[in-house]
Amino acid sequence: MDHGSLALQYLLSGITKGSIYAVVAIGFNLIFNATGVLNFAQGEFVMLGGMLAVTLTHFVSLPVAVTGAVLAVTLVGCALELLFFRPLRRHSVLLMIVITIGLSIVIQEAALHLWDEKVRSLPYFTGNEVSSVKMLGAAISPQVLWVLGTVALAVVGLHVFLKFTLQGRAMRACSSNPEAAMLAGINTANMRTLSFGLSAGLGALAGCVISPITMTHYEMGAPLAIKGFAAAILGGLGNPMGAVVGGLLVGVLEAVAVSRLPAGYNDVAAFAVLLLVLFVRPHGLFGSLAAEQAREC
Amino acid sequence: MATLRHLLGGAATTGGQAQFLGRPWGAAALRVLAFVAVMAAVQLAFCAAGKAYCLTQLTMAIYYAVAVIGVALVMGCAGQVSLGHGAFFAVGGYTSALLTTCDLSAFQQAAWAAWLQSCRVLVVRPDLYGGQVMSVSPWAAFVAAMLLTLVVACVIGYPSLRLRGHYLAMATLGFGLIVHKIILGSALLGAADGITGVPAWRLGAGLALTGKAPDRVANYYLACGLVLLLLVVLGNLVRSRVGRALQAIHDRELAAAVMGVNTAVYKLKAFVFSALLAAMAGVFLTHYSGGIGPSEAGVLKSVRYVALAAAGGMANFWGVAAVSIVINYFSLRGWFGSYDQAVFGALLILIISLTPEGPLQPLGAWLRSLASRWFAKREAAHGPA
Repeated sequence: MDHGSLALQYLLSGITKGSIYAVVAIGFNLIFNATGVLNFAQGEFVMLGGMLAVTLTHFVSLPVAVTGAVLAVTLVGCALELLFFRPLRRHSVLLMIVITIGLSIVIQEAALHLWDEKVRSLPYFTGNEVSSVKMLGAAISPQVLWVLGTVALAVVGLHVFLKFTLQGRAMRACSSNPEAAMLAGINTANMRTLSFGLSAGLGALAGCVISPITMTHYEMGAPLAIKGFAAAILGGLGNPMGAVVGGLLVGVLEAVAVSRLPAGYNDVAAFAVLLLVLFVRPHGLFGSLAAEQAREC
Repeated sequence: MATLRHLLGGAATTGGQAQFLGRPWGAAALRVLAFVAVMAAVQLAFCAAGKAYCLTQLTMAIYYAVAVIGVALVMGCAGQVSLGHGAFFAVGGYTSALLTTCDLSAFQQAAWAAWLQSCRVLVVRPDLYGGQVMSVSPWAAFVAAMLLTLVVACVIGYPSLRLRGHYLAMATLGFGLIVHKIILGSALLGAADGITGVPAWRLGAGLALTGKAPDRVANYYLACGLVLLLLVVLGNLVRSRVGRALQAIHDRELAAAVMGVNTAVYKLKAFVFSALLAAMAGVFLTHYSGGIGPSEAGVLKSVRYVALAAAGGMANFWGVAAVSIVINYFSLRGWFGSYDQAVFGALLILIISLTPEGPLQPLGAWLRSLASRWFAKREAAHGPA
């Protein structure tokens, strides 16, 4: 394999992982926009999606299992909002963030005891472990195309939803000015529930498509939440589409680090670059000061 | 109870406030008394029950509480989350462990070594096998650890604290991950095994910071004393000009800035001070347990500190100390077995949902109403004193 195609291979693996970080980061942003809270349980939605889908495949066909898992996790997301965030609205944002950390721990432990500590995975959506598609001299697994395609569709779908549908516009209104939205007759509390459900469902979908490549494991949520948070900050907190760029950047940085640095230092490079970017561009690549301040008051 | 009040100096009630030596009883004095009483009672109870070995985990939990109080300072006063205090703990612990265990005997003849030895920076001590090793004295290592933490905390805190929002969380999270990976990747720091064989720290007056059984009770009181001192100092700090400035920053940063508070400087100072507390906890615990491992720097530890600080009530440092000592003690004793993490998460959610100000707040309010009712009843019965 020549140098160029090797680089392409690394790039593609980076983009694949990065697209998952992007989905987690979008989830962060959806909830941040609606409530001002950073939901550190975001990674657990991805884990739950994968786990549920793997279990469901024992009973139903793959597409039904994936759909079922996504729907179930969406409900879990809504339930979390109804159970914890709605009654505790008067708590400070800082406390709510810590509650999400607690939720993440509890969900992870529940998954450990519901399933077990084994690593599992969904079957490849098309082909198998060894089948590959030749593209520009690099060999890529068809599952990579599935991941990229699904994530791209989800992102475009979300964009269309937020921009053009009534519900989506109501959601954006809530994030830009909750009081005005309330006066316009929007049920802001339900919009918050919807944003939790949406970001949980998106996370679960990502968890399903990535499962054949990276496997699903009860502990996979926390590292994903960390990378997703990094991607969200890098893209500018509160900007869902910035999160896509942020996620892809974190993934590619990681892939470059894997190819250039001794093993074990890959996170170091990714986070060092992230810190440098933040110190130069404090509000991320596409973030704005105004969006942050609107949320903090 | 009445005799106690007499002993403490002609207790009179003015406006429902108890008096102590003619002055109003500070809530602080009451808390100090309660703390000393509880800690002494726990020690006596454990020793009487023949379970003195439990004091070891309790001492460790108290040292961890020092780090948690550090996090609470950043969260409660500067209103920011630090997800890197595990790393500061490790910076302190590893610096001290590395300096006190490295063998510099090879340089014994060198002039600089002799000079440093005369300054008591380097000490010669017998090692486990009866040989002689020359290494840095724990005092000098402590100073070095503090200086290193000071520099690192300034480098991390300076850019991120000038920003608003959750950037400190991100910066410290990245910093923590990097420190963890560096420790795991470097042979000098023992990689995955960590550093063991850290010598006892002779503090003088027959007191040695070590986990050995004969020194157990003394070390327990040493740790208690450290936390008590810290709580009193922080209590005074909060009521000082600095504390009021920090409170203003926490409540409304813009307003504080308009009133002439240099918000960036205050936030940086609070952050650096809290990092120093975490590092100090690291140094003490490393000497106490005789070693340190890479898990101390892990993100999980940092998250745990943040969680405990939030559960304790953040700016309510006494509550933070209490919650963190109790929960960490049960974890260290392995009470919850394989459910440890699950119980921790559930407790965390429960405590924060029910008592957002920390569990000591409602307890204190209840005790205060009880006391004032009791005094009122006495006054009604006996007339004013």
